[in-house]
Amino acid sequence: MSTLGAVATLRATETGHAERLTTVRHAHVDERPFVLVPLTLAGEACAPLAALCGTDPGRPTLLTVRQPRNRAERFRFVERLAALLLPHIEECRTSETEPYTVGRGADKEERRRSLRAPQLLVPGGESIAYVRLLGRLTRLRALEGPHAVDPSVPALGKWLTWFADRAEFPGSCLLQAMTRLLSAHWATGQSAAEDSHLAALLSWIDPPDRLTGAEAAREAEDPQRFPPAGPATDVVFDQTLYDLMSRYDEAGDDHGREAVGRQIDRELYGQMLPTWDLMWRGVDLLLRLPEGGHVAERWTYDRRLFTEFAAYLDDDGRPQARRDHAVGAARRLARLEEAMARYDAERAFDDPLVMAEYELTGEAFTGVVVARDEDRFLPGARPLWRPTITVRSDLPVRLTAGKEIKCPARAGQKAEIVEVAPEGDGSTVVVQLNGGFNRARKPPAPPGMLAEVGETVTYTSVDPKSMPFALPAEEDTPWTHGGPPRPYEPTDEDAEEIWE
Amino acid sequence: MGYEPRFGQSPFAIAREQAFEALVKWGGYAELIRLLRDQLAVPVDEAGVTDLTEVGGDTNPARRAAETRSLLARLASGNDERLILDRPLLTLEVAGQTAYLEPQAVTHRVGGKFYVAEIRSFPAIDGQTNPTAVAQTAKQAAVSVLALRRTFEQLELDPAQIAHEFLLICPKDFSNRPYGRLIDLRQELDALRFQLTRLRRADDLALALPPSATLDTDREEGELDFSVGALDAFYTPGCLSFCEMARYCRDEATACASPARLGSTVRNTLPGVDSTRTALAYLGDIHAPGLTEAAAVDRLRAADRLRQLRRGDVA
Ligand code: SF4
Repeated sequence: MSTLGAVATLRATETGHAERLTTVRHAHVDERPFVLVPLTLAGEACAPLAALCGTDPGRPTLLTVRQPRNRAERFRFVERLAALLLPHIEECRTSETEPYTVGRGADKEERRRSLRAPQLLVPGGESIAYVRLLGRLTRLRALEGPHAVDPSVPALGKWLTWFADRAEFPGSCLLQAMTRLLSAHWATGQSAAEDSHLAALLSWIDPPDRLTGAEAAREAEDPQRFPPAGPATDVVFDQTLYDLMSRYDEAGDDHGREAVGRQIDRELYGQMLPTWDLMWRGVDLLLRLPEGGHVAERWTYDRRLFTEFAAYLDDDGRPQARRDHAVGAARRLARLEEAMARYDAERAFDDPLVMAEYELTGEAFTGVVVARDEDRFLPGARPLWRPTITVRSDLPVRLTAGKEIKCPARAGQKAEIVEVAPEGDGSTVVVQLNGGFNRARKPPAPPGMLAEVGETVTYTSVDPKSMPFALPAEEDTPWTHGGPPRPYEPTDEDAEEIWE
Repeated sequence: MGYEPRFGQSPFAIAREQAFEALVKWGGYAELIRLLRDQLAVPVDEAGVTDLTEVGGDTNPARRAAETRSLLARLASGNDERLILDRPLLTLEVAGQTAYLEPQAVTHRVGGKFYVAEIRSFPAIDGQTNPTAVAQTAKQAAVSVLALRRTFEQLELDPAQIAHEFLLICPKDFSNRPYGRLIDLRQELDALRFQLTRLRRADDLALALPPSATLDTDREEGELDFSVGALDAFYTPGCLSFCEMARYCRDEATACASPARLGSTVRNTLPGVDSTRTALAYLGDIHAPGLTEAAAVDRLRAADRLRQLRRGDVA
């Protein structure tokens, strides 16, 4: 957490209400996300127990496994989830497309991407881990042999694995956890551990009338009113469920079994419905925030990846490997770091409240333009037009002469620090502008391109467009690093995991 | 104390644990012995097992501990007897009290060393396990290893015979097939030794209490409150996940505005400041910070000011 975040937390303990960490929303939130509230059976590795899911807040679909120890029932659950999610994905895949170009010059290529991509929302980080496990459980199943499953099972598995992979990338919104989305935008007066409780977190942000957020959060911890958001279940509830499942097993006839089965369904529905409602309240709160400037661009990238993965499944369709090979893992790590740096920089450019953290660490400064030299030329055989502005900042500036900087309000403009002089508590900075005047090569600067005296400007050394660190293409992996990785071939062992 | 903990274990988890342990021990501990062979290169000899959950029908802990000691003495000093101890009972002095410990199994000597084995029902999926669950198991195994070493020392046997690795056994992938890996415990053992030397003796803690103090839960709430209040608590949000007192301690921490209750990141931004109320008073310029806090408070004030300036019209 940043220092500004810590201050916001302190303020929240004072006011009893959540404090905004951002002025805008930094995530894409779909008008019609696919919300998934899963529950799993305690004590087992990813034994699906139930889920409440769908894209309509008023009409969730209930999926349950009445006897999770039965392998066939578990896969029937997966089939039913596939029957809901795969058509939703398909709808996005066959939505309208738009053209875009990749590469430059001779390598330039025209491609198309879908205008829609599926967005999967789950309650918390643990549910993301569940999606990953469910993907792992299902993507390697065989369609033939003694443990054959329906083709929709591995198909769903590949998609879930893809969603879970993307969820690790900062800024990707294909699979998101509601608690993470909310705590990225609000600070509460409780700990991060407590913020992972969806009901308590929402209580701080949006408490019912008469109560402060702090009071409401305490009340929200009552598992009778707000059962755990899953996928782990409440222990006390588990006892009820255990008794019901025993009765289900021991029922004398189909009729009796069905009656108990319906009771199991009702109980499970009761456990998930409060979380389902909280999820949509969260969606609502997030949608009310204005969207940050780079959000659409990041979602465009998500849509492109979605289109690419759908095409991969059509062409090749082999399931993702059990484990990344060394080269893949290294590349992935590099891409994660790059995504993190870009996401941080973009948020700062979109949001002065996020930029404030960089101001505090001295990687950015804000001040008033006190002078400008529009007619400045650098001497030389061919003098270059390099106007300057002088900015007076209230806080000390730690950036030094020679540093390349950018200004969020004129993101296309390149600038460089010429001089920093302390003045009182703050500093005076002379900034030289190195371009971004709509191709003008001599004064006067096109209107609006050069900050006016008296204007407040922000400059920073962070840059969302900074060049990523380049790794060789996978097929060019040198033999010292094991050579190009071989594509993953599922083995018989993958499909033959024994159950129970 | 008016704070009902929602702890305990799900009946599903218990059933699963028992089933898995039974499976590992099924057929004369066939799976356990197979894993020992795989992981420790034990020669393919038959091994015997002694079940120490009872001694001749007696489950008394003192009796079981005594039997464990005598078996250990025999194994460690004698020849290569191939005997695995199932659920041995070990003792360890903790804060002046004798604690009983029960590792799932201790092996016979393999390559001159004895190993602790722990059976857990969390899975190893593609060779990877939940790191928190492993860390917790490792901590428990380290306590067992330490107890074993102390026992050896008391028996005047060489404690270097106890391996500083333990065998973790858990189900493989989504199946029930037991999977085993050796896990190094040196770090945990160091940490544990350090903690044990620092743990105050329970007797010393009791000295701080008035003679009328009680921890008897049948007594009146006020009395209990008073006694517990007299003891120091070091609540952090981590307590919520394991301690039955967490809600009580959290209320206490909230009442005295402890920064630690907000988590380590917030606490770390407030070095030397022992209350969030004080921190807020610094921000409001009501208090002037002391020399030690000045740097941190300056930074906080700058952050607070920036927050006010940059939040625009956001409520
Ligand atoms: S909640 Fe934390 S501080 Fe309180 S008794 Fe438990 S471990 Fe100690």
